[in-house]
Order: sequence, then C-alpha cells, then structure tokens
Amino acid sequence: MTEAYIYDAVRTPRGKGKSDGALHEITPVQLATQVLEAVRDRSGIDAGYIEDVAFGCVAPVGEQGAVVTRTAVLNAGYPETTAGIQVNRFCASGLEAVNIAAAKVMAGETDLAIGGGVESMSRVPMGSDGGAWPTDPETAFKTYFVPQGVSADLIATKYGFSRDDVDAYAVESQKRAARSWAEKRFERSIVPVHDVIGDTVLDHDETIRENADMQSLGGLNPSFVMLGEQFGFDAVALQKYGEFESINHVHHAGNSSGIVDGAAAVLVGNDDIGKKLGLKPRARIRAMASIGSEPTIMLTGPEFAAQKALKRAGMDKKDIDIWELNEAFASVVLRFMQALEIDHGDINVNGGAIAMGHPLGATGAMILGTMVDELERSGKETALITLCIGAGMGTATIIERV
Amino acid sequence: MSYETITVDIDADGIALVTIDLPGKSMNVWNAELMREFKAFVDEFCTNDAIKGAVITSGKKSGFLAGADLNMLGDGDPAVSGGASATKKQQFDSAFALNAMMRKLETSGHPAKALIKGEVSAKPVAAAVNGLALGGGLELVLASHYRIVADNPKLQLGVPEVQVGLLPGAGGTQRLPRLAGLQNAAMLATQGRPIDPQTAKSQGIIQEVAPVGELVAKAKEWVKANPKVTQPWDKQGFKFPGGGGAMNPKAMQFFMAANAMAQRETNHNYPAVRYILSCLYEGSIVPFDTAIRIESKYFLKLLSSDQTRNMIRTLFINKQAAEKGEARPEGVEKQQIKTVGVLGAGLMGSGITHVTVKGGMDVVVLDRDMEAAEKAVAYSKKILDKRVLRGKLTKEAAEEFLAKIKPTADYNDLKDVDLIIEAVFEDPDIKADVIKKTEAVIRPDIIFASNTSTLPITGLARHSERPDQFIGMHFFSPVDKMPLLEIIPGEKTGDRALATALDYNAKIRKTPIVVKDVRGFYTNRVVPPYINEALLLVKEGVQPALIENAAKSLGMPLGPLALSDETKLDLGLMLVRSTKKELGDAYKPTGVEDLLEKMVEGLGRSGRVSGGGFYEYPEGGKKHLWPGLAEHFPVADEQPTMDEVKDRLLYAQLVPAAQCFAEGIIDDPQSADLGAIFGWGFAPWTGGPMSHIDTIGAESFVRTAESLAQRYGERFHPPAKFREMASAGEKLYGKAA
Repeated sequence: MTEAYIYDAVRTPRGKGKSDGALHEITPVQLATQVLEAVRDRSGIDAGYIEDVAFGCVAPVGEQGAVVTRTAVLNAGYPETTAGIQVNRFCASGLEAVNIAAAKVMAGETDLAIGGGVESMSRVPMGSDGGAWPTDPETAFKTYFVPQGVSADLIATKYGFSRDDVDAYAVESQKRAARSWAEKRFERSIVPVHDVIGDTVLDHDETIRENADMQSLGGLNPSFVMLGEQFGFDAVALQKYGEFESINHVHHAGNSSGIVDGAAAVLVGNDDIGKKLGLKPRARIRAMASIGSEPTIMLTGPEFAAQKALKRAGMDKKDIDIWELNEAFASVVLRFMQALEIDHGDINVNGGAIAMGHPLGATGAMILGTMVDELERSGKETALITLCIGAGMGTATIIERV
Repeated sequence: MSYETITVDIDADGIALVTIDLPGKSMNVWNAELMREFKAFVDEFCTNDAIKGAVITSGKKSGFLAGADLNMLGDGDPAVSGGASATKKQQFDSAFALNAMMRKLETSGHPAKALIKGEVSAKPVAAAVNGLALGGGLELVLASHYRIVADNPKLQLGVPEVQVGLLPGAGGTQRLPRLAGLQNAAMLATQGRPIDPQTAKSQGIIQEVAPVGELVAKAKEWVKANPKVTQPWDKQGFKFPGGGGAMNPKAMQFFMAANAMAQRETNHNYPAVRYILSCLYEGSIVPFDTAIRIESKYFLKLLSSDQTRNMIRTLFINKQAAEKGEARPEGVEKQQIKTVGVLGAGLMGSGITHVTVKGGMDVVVLDRDMEAAEKAVAYSKKILDKRVLRGKLTKEAAEEFLAKIKPTADYNDLKDVDLIIEAVFEDPDIKADVIKKTEAVIRPDIIFASNTSTLPITGLARHSERPDQFIGMHFFSPVDKMPLLEIIPGEKTGDRALATALDYNAKIRKTPIVVKDVRGFYTNRVVPPYINEALLLVKEGVQPALIENAAKSLGMPLGPLALSDETKLDLGLMLVRSTKKELGDAYKPTGVEDLLEKMVEGLGRSGRVSGGGFYEYPEGGKKHLWPGLAEHFPVADEQPTMDEVKDRLLYAQLVPAAQCFAEGIIDDPQSADLGAIFGWGFAPWTGGPMSHIDTIGAESFVRTAESLAQRYGERFHPPAKFREMASAGEKLYGKAA
C-alpha cells in the first residue's frame, strides 16, 4: 500500500468563541480560506496538485453549511479542479478529515490532498444543526442520551476522579500551554488571522489563563448539576450505571475545553508527489482507526480507538513516545491515562483544549499538527493523536517522524 | 335522521344542537354505537346545506363525555383494533376512525390544502361542555372550533389515557400542542392529570368559561356570528405557541429535557409516555393530516400490546369491579354505617379515624385515657391544617371534619356505633381484653373488625362471643395514603360481616381484596421475601446502589433498602423472632437474621425514624446510602449485572405471589394483581404479578424461577400449579378476564 506523508500542518490561533472574541468578526469561510492559502503559499506549490480537500465541521449549517470546504477552496483561489468535502465526526472531525485525506492517498485515489477543519463557534453556535439523537424521543430513549458534561462527570464518578484531581489536571494544562507559547513551540504552525484590510486580528491563542491555580478553579461551580439533577439526565445515566447512587459533578468551565473559533489544515501526500514538488515529508501516518463505544458514558472511546490503531500498526503502547488526547474534559484524559497506564509527562505535553479551546471541527487537525511540531522539537519518534467523540466514538491516528 | 345515542335538533337558524346521551348509561363514553351514530351525523352535517353549524353538548348531568369505553378497548373490540386477523391496513383504519371523523367535523370534509389557501372554509362547530370531558371526550371538544365550558372549578378536562398505558388517540396529541404549546400538551398527556376550566382557558385550550345554564345559548350565538371558520392549524403561516418543529431551538430544548425527565419517571417501563412524546415530536414537524395518522399508528401499537391490555384490565376494569364490591356476598342487604367505633388512637387508629370521617361517617375513637384518644383528633388536624394552609379546604370545613371525631376513654360511648374497627397494639392478650370490653357494650348485631397485619383472625375470633361477626381488616400505613385494604374472613366469619366490611370500604374508597386467614395474609407473605432478597444481596457484597437502582428500574416506587428503612428493621427483627418462637423447629431461616441483628442491635441502625438504617437522613438534606455499610458488609470485587439483580428482586415477589395463588390464599389472579400494585407498589406497568406471568408465559416464568432456585436457593422454586400450567400452556387469565 502507498504510504501517506504529512508535508505540512498549519492552524489559526484560537479566538474566544463569543461575540467579544478576536475572531468573531471573521467568517468561518475566511478562517478556512486563510489556512488553505497558508498551506499553498508556504510550500510554494501549484494548488492544482492538491486534488481534494476534506474539512471537518460540526455545525455545518448557516454560513458553515453548503459544503464549507468547497466554498473555501474556491475562495482561497485554488483552481476549480480541486474538490472539497465536509466531514462530521463530531469532535474528531478534524482528525477524521486528515485520515480521509491520508486514506485517499494510501488507496491511490489522490497523490496530494488536504485534511483539516473549521469551526466558528462564536458565529455558528454548538447545536445549531439540531439533530434527532437527543431530541427525537425514539433515539433519545434508545441511546439513554445525556449531555457530554454529564458523561464526563459520570467518567469521574465511575473511575474515581475527585474535583481536586480534575482541577489539578486543568491547572497543569494551562501551565503547559503558557510555557509552549513562551518557548515558541507553536511558531511553525501558527498562521495569524487577518481581517479584510489585511491587518492581523489574532496571532496567539486567546483563552490561556497562565495564572489559574487550584484556588481560583475551586471557586467555580460545577456546570452540569442543573442538567443532571433537575432535567433528569443523572437519572438517565444511572439507569445504565446502576452501581452508583448519584453522579459526582466535578466539571466546570475551568476544567473543560473552551469554546473557541479556529481552523487548521494538514497537507498529506504520497512519496512521489513530494519528490516531484520538492516537498520534504515531516511525518508518516502509521495507522488510523475509528471505533464506536458505549454512548451514555460517551467519552471513553479514545482508549479503544488507540488500541485499535496500535493493533493495526502492529505496535505496542510502549512504542508510542508521546500521546495527544483532546482535552474535552479533564476526566476524559485522566481515564485514558489510567486505562493505558500513561504517565502525565507523556501526554498533552504542550497543554490542550482546557487552556487553548476546542474549535470542534478543527481540533483534530490542530493537535495532529502540534504533534508533528513536537516530534521535531523533541526529537522523539512516534505520537498517537486521539479524540473522544459524541454519541460514543473515538478516532485515533499514529504518526512517525521521518 | 334519528339516533339512539344522540339527539339532533336543528333550529330556525340552521344550527344543529347535538346532545350526546347514551341510553342506560350513567356517563357518556365513546362506544361502538356512539361512534357509528356520531359519524353518521358528521356525514350529514357536511352534506346537508340546511345545517349551517353545530353545537355539541351532553344530556348527562354527570358530564360531557368521559372518553373511550375501556371495556371495549380492553376486549380488543374489532370496532377499535380491527381484530387480530385483520391486516395492518384494516387495523389502522379502525384505529384511525375516530381521528378521521373528528377531522371531518372540523374541516367540513374539505381538503387541508383548500382550507389553507382560503378557497373554502368549514361550518362552525362549538362544544358546550357542561361537565367533565376526558380522553376522547376532550378530544371531541378540541376538534370543535369554539370551546365553551361550565364555570365549575371541579370540572375536569384532561387526557388520562396514559394511566392505562394508552395515548390520546383522537387528535389529542396534535391539537393540544397546537393550542397550548408543546410543554403544556406534554404535561397533560404524559401525566394524565386533568385541569380545571380556568387553567384550560389560560393555556388556550378552551376559549370561554360560562355558567352552565348559558352554555348552549352562548355556543349558538358564536356559531351564528361565525358562519365561516377554519382551525388555526389549517391557516396559512400557523405556528405552534411557544415554538415547534424539528429545528426550533426552543422545541429542541424542550424535547431534550422532556425525554430525560420522562425516562427518569418511567424507567423505560411505559412505552405510552415515549410514544406520546414521539407523537408530539414527529407531529410537530409535519402537517396536521399526517400528524394524526402518526398518532393513530402509535395508538394502535399500544392498543395491541400485552402491557396495555394488562394495565387496562387491572388498573381500570378489575379495580373498579373490586371497589364496587364484586366480592360482596349476595343476598345481604346494604349495611347502614353512620358511626364507627375505632379502638386505639395510635398511628393506625388515627389513620383509620381520618379516612372514616373522610368517607362521610362519624367516629368514636377510644383509647386508655382521654389524652391518648385525643391523638386521633390531633392527627387529622395536622393533615387538615396543611390543606387549609394551601387553600384546598376552608377553616369551617376543617372544623366540621374534626367535630365528627369523638375521642373517649369510656367504653360506654361505643354503645351506639354501627361498626367496630379495632386497632390496638399487635398483642393477642391486649386484643382479647379489648374485644371482651367492647362486646360488653355494643349492640349484639354489630360487626367487629380487627386491624392486624400479622395475627390470624380465627385465633382472635376465639376471644369474641360472636365469631360470625368478627372479621379482619388489614389497613396499610399511612392509612390516608395507602390505597389497599385486605379483608380477611376467619373460619367462622359470616356473610354479613364480609358484606359490612365491603360496604365500609366502599365509603372510604379503598381498593379491597379478600384473602385467606393465614400468617401474613397476602401482602405480608410477599413483601418480606422481597426485602430479604435485597438483604441477601447486601450480604453477598452487591453494591447497595445497584440493588436500589435495579428495583427502580423494575418500576418499584422505592428501593427495597429504602423500603426496609421505612418499615423499620427492628420490626423486621421482632417479626423474625416471634415467628421463630411460634414455629419452633418448623421455622425456615431466611438467611438475613444475622444481618438484622447486626444492623439493629450491633449498629443501632433500625431505619428512618430511628435516625438511619441503610440510608442516612441528613437534616434538611437528601437521604443517601450510609457509607459505613461497606465496613460491615464489604462490597465484592465482582458485581452482578443490573439484569441479574432485577431478576432476583422480581422473582422474589413473583414466586411468593404465585405460591399465594397456588395455595388459595388469594382466590383469583385479579385480586393478586390488585393487592400487589396497590399494597406494596409492585410495578404497575406489568398489570400485577399474575398478569406479568401471563405475559411472559408460565413456561418462561417456571424456567427462570428454576434457574434462580438452582443458583440461589429453594425460595425461588416455582409452585407445582405453575409447572402444570406451563406444560399445559395455560394462562391465569381467561380470554376475557
């Protein structure tokens, strides 16, 4: 089978996903356009060689609707021959989009493609796309639907993580993110976002709180008590997890991923096209996997996705040098570390979404890019990138520095 | 045209006054005859140009229309379900008949498209609602263009179908949300509780409230003034009040929360609730004509289910029959009970006093001194004060109520009572003394009822001079809340005693069952094994939360550990010891004796009233499982699945209930089902343990029970009678029941 190589990875900085966020005035199509322009312009290649572009987007309605990828491809001035597809695998959409691009290369469908994602959560709020799953009584009942926050709290309850555990994790995430910026670890991949007059509106991740500590986080009220207790979602969760009397609500705005705007793009191609265009491969994709898991606890999928990817790669968890798991909620990462016996020093080494935010459709591609940069910086060989996903899924990708 | 069930009077203005009045029935209901004739009227209404509009009312003082005849639905009447051999299409057409007729009534038979475009309009129909309108009755009101209801705050408007496992199948799930919004509609339809006319008006369900005598005139006036009408949902640009439709953010939020709350309340045991929400959800996305077809499909799905049949049978048909005194011996004339003598003003005596006065009787309540006797007055006062405070009762009415209770310490005050109910301490010697002293003063023909939960009646009757007039009545605590009454004739109890007990019961409006005079009667032969099973699970190291959640998942109102906290562990221990003493070598250990001893005597945890048992009861906080339990009964590493725990808790009730039936302690499956649901809250969705065994099949019941017996012990052994039923393929309930 053809090998798929990562030739480049870029991302926008992440802007606070509210109306006072720095990227709120930028349309999602512009965010996507600017990363597509960057991939093309940094490599200096003729975009005509890029045959297909897959972008994740989780609320693909309104101005993110109508295949936002194809719209951005045309807007970025790519030739009309470059196709576009919009991908939705909830929170792993960005990684899945890269995997699709890689799969197209491996399958021999394309020589060069882009995977990535975009989400302007300040302009197209989470949930804008509706959906039957939580609202249609048939599916809500059958799946024992609960909101993700309740699932995250259920993970903490089931696997024994206290409020202090999750807060301590969050404090460390902020510290690592701040250190990474101070040490310019993201420099290679960041593409500052500019406005219509060409001025830069954001060149750094906007939501990092370097000074967060246990005391400041301790003052925050848990976010999902009302949903759980008043609206009945705790009861629904306990109908499946009957060994618990109640759910321990430990998550709040400070130890959950932030709502942000952003976009990312990863250039993937085979060996020949790289040689032909004079591109230097930065990493090789060793394996990819997506799985389904129990939908009520919902966010434990990364463990199984990682194991599947390892198995398909013929690797053992010891063969992974560094791990990157999207920090949707602190308990998700703590459970993953517990399940796979991963040292905190080897995972999310540069901080994550708790500090920098989680632009749903783009995050997977962003953290994959972070790992490409980190492998090069640290001289390590292998990284496994994974995300937990709504409705109980997991997607993982293993990359290897070349 | 002439009809039997309705009269149609067309006045000079061409307005047809349709009066529904089923001959020979105390209440109007949708039965096959009314459906046929009303349909004929609707057809005539649409085609006869001389009729300009219609006013629908009822000829019954008892109400407007009380919904569908559940006897007809329970029978699977072909008129409704189309019969078992019918094709899906035929079954649907039958289920859709009422919907189709009401749709025709509100559209005058015009297609929706023509109405929406304004090309045509419908003839006006007004409902003049003189009394309660429930289920299909309210649905007929909703299909009328103008809805005017009598200004009686006690008048009930509602769609209670969910209570017997059905849904409002004549447009109720579609017209209610279109008039009152999704949330109001969901509350009404998923809970089934009726509302009063003013509330209905404020929700937009009806337009006017007026004195009952003016209803028809006002309705006619409206019809005359509005010759051309269209329902709001047949107009261009119609929107749900408060938002509706799949993409409306408010509707989405509503459904997310409603789905969760419904799961919390039903534990996935009541498909009717889910289907009602589905009717609201799916129906709010599509046009009205599609919406009512969806509703009828879900209705049919429920109507043809075992669960609905079981629920209608037990919770409606058999409950009513029992309350009407089905078990009453023939040939005994109705007993006049004006004053009841209650012996003992403890918790039970006070409760019995309260329900007796509530049932319209006077009470003389006796205890050893006035101070003790007056506790019964205080007990009622506490309940009444709360109602006064909430504005549900006037001060005067409360005082009148309390004046009917005469506390006394003097046996002579009992000389004129019409019935004695004894509720003194559960001690044979004390009871014997009280029986003697009472019989010395009461009239010789008076029936003596003894309230006991454990002592055999035949034994107590030996202390009576008149054992044929002696009977047992097992009330449940708290008496004013618990709906069941176990009536226990002893060996020598005569017909008049049984008749009196049932006549008294009819006044206090409990659900009675008649059971054989054996230790524990019926309910107390089943509940202890059920609680014991939970205690055994605790001893085995099963997570207490899993035990409690499994019971809730079964549909029990309370976990068995919470229940044993309520019924008091020290009482359980006392019962174990007295049974042991009485039976001697014949005593069969339950395996939880040591746990009870440890909890009660070792740890001082006897239950809620004594400060805590399996649960902690923090002041002002929510009760929670006692974390200290694990120190004494360590949690095992390996936990069973929820389904395994559920099976054990379910069969710990099914098997003893089946034994009671097999041994003739309870005569008929109807009473066994009623006693279980109303006595200890056995999962109502099943229709009762006997209905449940029928539904899963005796063969499956026997197989599971045997497998449990193999794994956990003899106590799960199914009775021989049920093995025989299994091999003969028989059912407990005959075809009709």
